[in-house]
Amino acid sequence: MTGEQVIFLIVGAVTLIAGLMVVTVRNLVHAALWLVATLFGVAIVYTLLNAGFLAVVQVVVYIGAIAILFIFAVMLTRRQAAETGASVNPNWLVGAVMSVLTFAGLVYLLQTWSGFSKQAAAIPSGFDAINQLGNALTSPTGYVLPFEVASVLLLAALVGAVYLAFNKK
Amino acid sequence: MIPLSWYLILAAGLFSIGLFGVLARRNAVAILLGVELMLNAVNINLVAFWRYGDISMMAGQVFAIIVFAVAAAEVAVGLALVISVYRRRSTVVAEDLDLLKW
Repeated sequence: MTGEQVIFLIVGAVTLIAGLMVVTVRNLVHAALWLVATLFGVAIVYTLLNAGFLAVVQVVVYIGAIAILFIFAVMLTRRQAAETGASVNPNWLVGAVMSVLTFAGLVYLLQTWSGFSKQAAAIPSGFDAINQLGNALTSPTGYVLPFEVASVLLLAALVGAVYLAFNKK
Repeated sequence: MIPLSWYLILAAGLFSIGLFGVLARRNAVAILLGVELMLNAVNINLVAFWRYGDISMMAGQVFAIIVFAVAAAEVAVGLALVISVYRRRSTVVAEDLDLLKW
């Protein structure tokens, strides 16, 4: 077992355990903090996949913005410090069975695929992933249109969020 | 070296955990936390397929960036809706919001 595999196993286990804590822990502020741990684990997975730029974006956008937004929302929507009532609904057992079945089904389908245990090809020398990504995002033959549509989507979400959360009284 | 299967199984596990969160939690903010886990699982898959496929085709990473943007938009609008609902109904428990249910 190589060092890379050991790192992956540790990071994967931490990510999955933190994910489980996100959906089971009672206090929502703690759930948001466990989400931060999960997102850090995913950022390390990106690094293992040689996608350094995405790892940085994950830390900046997800942990820096989205997780903090969640903590704000939790604090704005709590009447008392302690949560009241159950944290899961009465159908949680059905939900658990559904998600276990989804996991089993996904793994079963994937292991019938011939490329399932494929190894990564070595990165060619002089390959610059960030340069390639920037070119792909801005060249007309690449993905400039989806990129611009994403910016329009973000603007629409910004306006919509301000409108929805604005206190009209 | 790490085979592709490890990444796919990690992503499948994370997706299932997020699915459980969406199906089982009562609080609307907790449901959105589950959606975030599912989006992250999808991103792991996209980047893994980029790395293990043709590395000069950037579609996987570009798509992951689009998913980032969509996730940010979804969280902003979703949390604004939660805050708006909380202001009117003083609750964020999803099953209490049954105005459209007969």
